[in-house]
Amino acid sequence: MAGRDRGLFLLRRFAGTVVVVALLSVGMFGLLYLAPGSVQQTLLGTRPATLETIAAIQARYHLDEPLPAQYLRWLGGVLHGDLGTSVRTGMPVADMIGQRLPLTLALVGYGALLALLVGVPLGVVGALRRGRAADRLVVTAGVVGLSAPPFAVGLLLLVVFAAGLGWFPVYGTGEGLADQAWHLTLPAVALAVGAVGMFVRFSRAALIRELDQDYVVFARARGLSGAAVIGYALRNSLVPILTAAGLIVTGMLAGTVLVEVTFALPGLGSLLVDSVTFKDVPAVQALGLLFTLLIVAVNLLVDIGYSVADPRVRFGGRTS
Amino acid sequence: MKESTGTGATAEPAIRVEGIKVRQPSTGRTLLSEVSFEVAAGESVAIVGESGSGKSLTVRAMLGLLPQGLEATGQVRIAGERVDDDPRARRRQRGGVVSLLMQDPFTLLNPLRRAGRQIADGLPKGADAAVEVPRLLAEVGLPANVAGRYPFQLSGGMRQRIGLAAALAGGPRVLVADEPTTALDATTQREVLSLIRRVQRERDMAFVLITHDLRLAFSTCDRVMVMYAGRVMETGSAAAVRHEQFHPYTRALLAAEPPADRRLAVIPSVPGAVPAHDAAAGRCGFADRCSLAVPECRTGVPEPRPVRVSGNVREGRLSACLRAAELPAPPAPEPGVVSRPPVAAEPVLEVRDLRRWFAGSPHPALAGVSLTVAPGEVVGVVGESGSGKTTLARCVAGLERPDGGAILLGGADCSDYGRMGRAAVRQARRISQMIFQDPYSTLNPARTVGATLREALWADGRPAGPDDLARLLESVGLARDMAGMRPAGLSGGERQRVAIARAVAGEPRLLICDEPVSALDVSVQAQVLGLLAELRERLSMAMLFITHDLAVVRQIADRLYVLESGTCVETGLADRVLDAPEHPYTRTLLASVPDGSGDWLD
Repeated sequence: MAGRDRGLFLLRRFAGTVVVVALLSVGMFGLLYLAPGSVQQTLLGTRPATLETIAAIQARYHLDEPLPAQYLRWLGGVLHGDLGTSVRTGMPVADMIGQRLPLTLALVGYGALLALLVGVPLGVVGALRRGRAADRLVVTAGVVGLSAPPFAVGLLLLVVFAAGLGWFPVYGTGEGLADQAWHLTLPAVALAVGAVGMFVRFSRAALIRELDQDYVVFARARGLSGAAVIGYALRNSLVPILTAAGLIVTGMLAGTVLVEVTFALPGLGSLLVDSVTFKDVPAVQALGLLFTLLIVAVNLLVDIGYSVADPRVRFGGRTS
Repeated sequence: MKESTGTGATAEPAIRVEGIKVRQPSTGRTLLSEVSFEVAAGESVAIVGESGSGKSLTVRAMLGLLPQGLEATGQVRIAGERVDDDPRARRRQRGGVVSLLMQDPFTLLNPLRRAGRQIADGLPKGADAAVEVPRLLAEVGLPANVAGRYPFQLSGGMRQRIGLAAALAGGPRVLVADEPTTALDATTQREVLSLIRRVQRERDMAFVLITHDLRLAFSTCDRVMVMYAGRVMETGSAAAVRHEQFHPYTRALLAAEPPADRRLAVIPSVPGAVPAHDAAAGRCGFADRCSLAVPECRTGVPEPRPVRVSGNVREGRLSACLRAAELPAPPAPEPGVVSRPPVAAEPVLEVRDLRRWFAGSPHPALAGVSLTVAPGEVVGVVGESGSGKTTLARCVAGLERPDGGAILLGGADCSDYGRMGRAAVRQARRISQMIFQDPYSTLNPARTVGATLREALWADGRPAGPDDLARLLESVGLARDMAGMRPAGLSGGERQRVAIARAVAGEPRLLICDEPVSALDVSVQAQVLGLLAELRERLSMAMLFITHDLAVVRQIADRLYVLESGTCVETGLADRVLDAPEHPYTRTLLASVPDGSGDWLD
């Protein structure tokens, strides 16, 4: 019974996700037509416009076919891993992305982990010491973090810890796991600073609300240990914290664009900036689709997280 | 332990509280003071009072569980150990020596943890959950498989039983229950109370019950303690206090509870409201509302003292009334009056075969209900939660669209407000208006009382000048200067009066009342019922009165419809239905009304 419920729940969410991705893929394909100038022009990019190249592009992209057929052909290519050819480098876009994706994922994962490990405990401390000095300090730090833009934090970190103190490298990705982690630390911190503020806010507010609930008083009154009582409240704060985590990870995916440029890291963000600068539409299209997919995937994961954290979501029960 | 040398362990009361005082340091307010009482091992004591009496704060202070920002002083000894100055002793005692069962079954359990594991969390160290949890569940009358359920999968009564099992898990010698059945239906309330009392006797626990219902206290406990404005008014054995009250407040409280067995011409209500503790400093808190007050009542705080009537000390009785010994005999119970016969006239409301089935629900909310309300007639609709009574009211008011059937207001079809024209909706609103249960959410908190009422007058096309407003306020017993206040500054009773004024501003022919007094204290309930009866006479207004409380409906309704699971099981004149119920469900409902006798729970 419970297993079937969960299966149904996941199926529903997954179907919804597929619909969203399908709609967004239409938008991404439309980019080709929304870009200023003719489609041939866009696909030619900076190459010389000879008759042969134009004919080759016509044939390559089937531009004489009706629009829906072109879209389906493009979509078919995308589904088979053919994301087109970069106008700028002439390489397949899929290969370019493949080289850079691991770095960006590692950067976002590292940043999110840092933010989680710092932000949630700080929020918990703030909630448990509500109104006291520790709480005020945590809240103030959160606001400072939230209001600092990642690229500015990045520059500051570079100046202090890389150029000034020399503890971390100024640019580059490093070799080997430990070295890579060392290279990624400053960029990840730059990404995490704002996220820490978000985590502090969400987890503190959620925990404060839960600590005021009757079930917490009841748990104390019947002699549960302090740790068990905080465990009760934390478990119930999980849904808002998950919401925050989803927002933070998607925000970080966008934040990589600036941070990768600041730290000169060869990730998707810097690829996106280069591609946009060179009007490399196939690459922009593919990157746009990829970011969309990543964001949709994060949201799906958060939805699944809700169902794990809260049985009422899973069983469709009413939260009375 | 060490200090109980002379008297021996058996003579030491389970709880001894001396001179408890609760303050809010940030505002300098005192919320209650000089509260002292004892509970012997195995004894049950009820602390009775209205909101603001300090009954809940008293036990919270006793247990060291006061809300943030409040501070308690005074001596508390539990099971012979002094705990008020020793937070570690308190922590050690929780669960194993003293445990608390809270009011609202819908919030007292962790929503994300299975019932069995929540019970297991409170077991003493080393206990085997696989053995103990089913045993505890059986003790509270639940099957073992409930352990695997989440709270949201259980009914209110079952949740409160889980709460009881969890509170008992540590094997406490003292159980405190804070209004444990107030949020439950009448029949469930009786079951849960009877369960608590059985468990208390079997385990020989000391038991403290906090309640606002004096009759419930008489039926459940050995002794009662009545509180008012943060002080103890009267103490005595349940039977003795039920028989004879030595404080005017206890009398007023008892008189304000409407009887279920007869209709009173007027429910005796005391004017005014419970004052804040500090507002009654240096005098008797009840003096301003007391018809027997003498000047001495206002010159000092009367202490609870043993009652001495014509030279004999009444055993176990304390009263904080200076005139306890000379109180006149209470008036004999008022004889009942007969409810009005029905009028033969075109009905103002006619409901035919109304049906409503909410998506996802296993039962229909309304499975074909028909009723009529004649002009000027008060029709009561009674039933428990899930009976469909509120859905019925909401359909009639146009807040819910029925799936089938017809609603005729003043002869016009109002079954589907969505398909009616503006003028028709306006007309329907002029005929019927509604008042709701919760006075705390019924008013827009951002608007002043005056703005709310002015809008209601305008909506009906009436003049809304300052004098009209004042007249409207006075018609519901409120002062005219209240127009400038916002709901946050009003008490529950005052808010409900404003809601009534808003509804009757256009002098509707039908007032739909959805549990209008069930969230109010008994003395306020009596005042509001009196107001509704008066308005009915003055405006010759009909009422559709939805309630779960048979004693309340007896006082106001001419005819009754009894709903069970969306169907009407019995209907007739109120006196006939309540004196000679035909349907077993009506009889069950009647048996669930506390009558104050000691054998009500047996």
